Amino acid sequence: MSRYLKIVALYVRLGILNELEYRANFFVQLFQSVLSLLLSLGGLSVIFSHTGTLNGWTQSELLAVAGVYFIIGGIIRLVIEPSLWRLMQDVREGTLDFKLLKPVDAQVLVSVNQVQMWKLIDIVMGLGVLAVVFAQPQMQTDPLRALFFVLALLCGGVIVYSFYLMLATISFWFVKVDNILVVFESMYEAGRYPVGIYPGWLRFTLTFLVPVAFAVTIPAEALTGRLSAEMLALGGGLALLLAVVSRLFWLYGVRNYTGASA
Amino acid sequence: MISVWGFYRARFKTALAVQLQYRVALAIWMLGLVLEPIIYLSVWTAVAAGSGGVVNGFTVSDFAAYYIVLLVVQHFTQIWHMWEFDWVIRQGILSGRLLRPIHPIHNDAAENIMYKLLMLVVVVPSVVLLVLLFQPVLNPPLWSALAFVPALLLAGVLAFLVGWCVALAAFWTTRTFAINQVYFIAMFFFSGQVAPLALMPPLLQTLATLLPFRWMVAFPTELLLGRLTVEAALAGFAAQAGWIALSAVFTLLAWRAGIKRYTAMGG
Repeated sequence: MSRYLKIVALYVRLGILNELEYRANFFVQLFQSVLSLLLSLGGLSVIFSHTGTLNGWTQSELLAVAGVYFIIGGIIRLVIEPSLWRLMQDVREGTLDFKLLKPVDAQVLVSVNQVQMWKLIDIVMGLGVLAVVFAQPQMQTDPLRALFFVLALLCGGVIVYSFYLMLATISFWFVKVDNILVVFESMYEAGRYPVGIYPGWLRFTLTFLVPVAFAVTIPAEALTGRLSAEMLALGGGLALLLAVVSRLFWLYGVRNYTGASA
Repeated sequence: MISVWGFYRARFKTALAVQLQYRVALAIWMLGLVLEPIIYLSVWTAVAAGSGGVVNGFTVSDFAAYYIVLLVVQHFTQIWHMWEFDWVIRQGILSGRLLRPIHPIHNDAAENIMYKLLMLVVVVPSVVLLVLLFQPVLNPPLWSALAFVPALLLAGVLAFLVGWCVALAAFWTTRTFAINQVYFIAMFFFSGQVAPLALMPPLLQTLATLLPFRWMVAFPTELLLGRLTVEAALAGFAAQAGWIALSAVFTLLAWRAGIKRYTAMGG
């Protein structure tokens, strides 16, 4: 276990060193994150100039949703998406051989092999938004909610990771499918608002086909005291199930890997 | 004139072949285009549901009509050359296009038109599906339904010119990404995407009137919804014409200045 932690730490360090070469990218990322925040804040202020609550959520609570949206989006773009994008490229070019040959679990290697450090800005900004929201006196905080939130965030992270891993594993059969990751990117945009506002078919899609609900809405529900223990348990069960299924699918995919050229 | 038409015909064929090669990418690009109006349609439906079914004169089915028409208008006015132009310059691809005896803008215009026509294959079924799902109510007076067609065409021309003009920034800077982002966020607020402009705060409405974005998207949309008076429609056409003239002149000047700076790399 400690060996794996060391490997993960090493890749993170490499990612940081890589990005430190392009320091101007920090400002590009900062700019992009601020614009995205502006999109959320502007949207919310227009909406709440006409109403007091949106489907039962107050403006502060929806701001908390936006905070979670930035945190999870940041985690995805920090390591999950770039790493699995790289995996698809490796499969296509046959360079996955080098990772499979190493004497550690290849799934760990492919899951952390690219770290885009500046995406941390999104995570920091999301935490900042949450801090501002919960500094308001009318927002309740209690340890149980905080615990539920952390657990829901963890489940959401595992579900999204498993989902990404399964999509990336498809590339063992269909070589050119990197566009498939863009689908998630596109659908993730819907997570700026709680999935409850969407019509039934879209809510179903965002919950079970593309797990935006588990990634954003459910942690936000935990944070605002809307999440029942049963729902959290369901999320936990699903996270466990998807982690196992995606692991099996990955192992099955690797067996199909032929090594394109290298 | 005949040679320009011949060029467009040939370019349509190649653009069609290229687009058909990347069918999945096209479908995914469309997904984003369709999803965004649905997000804000759902938001405003929830707002309307929470305030007795009407927001500032917009009922739930008005919102549905608004966002479905918006989707169509956005399709005909979308522009992506600014994401490519940086690459076209950096890689020296422009050099080859400059050698042709025809202005490079025709190359992009032909590609743009072809893409929009081709993607109707996806847009039309999406619209039918959304109409069935969201039950919009749309009964504009005949004159505004007829006026919608030229308004949409002018909006397409305007969006293309403004977008192309923004793309030219790549002659001067390598950070076009930031410029493009600002462009699209301005689009989001001022073209009626986040909300129909009538629901925006007065200050933003005034700004929207002064900027070109409203005339690219919100104006044709409101026209087809029958929300504009004859005077407002005429003023809209005048604004479109004015912005087209202005952006055409600016594009011409920026192109001349830019091409002098262009030093082909590679290609």
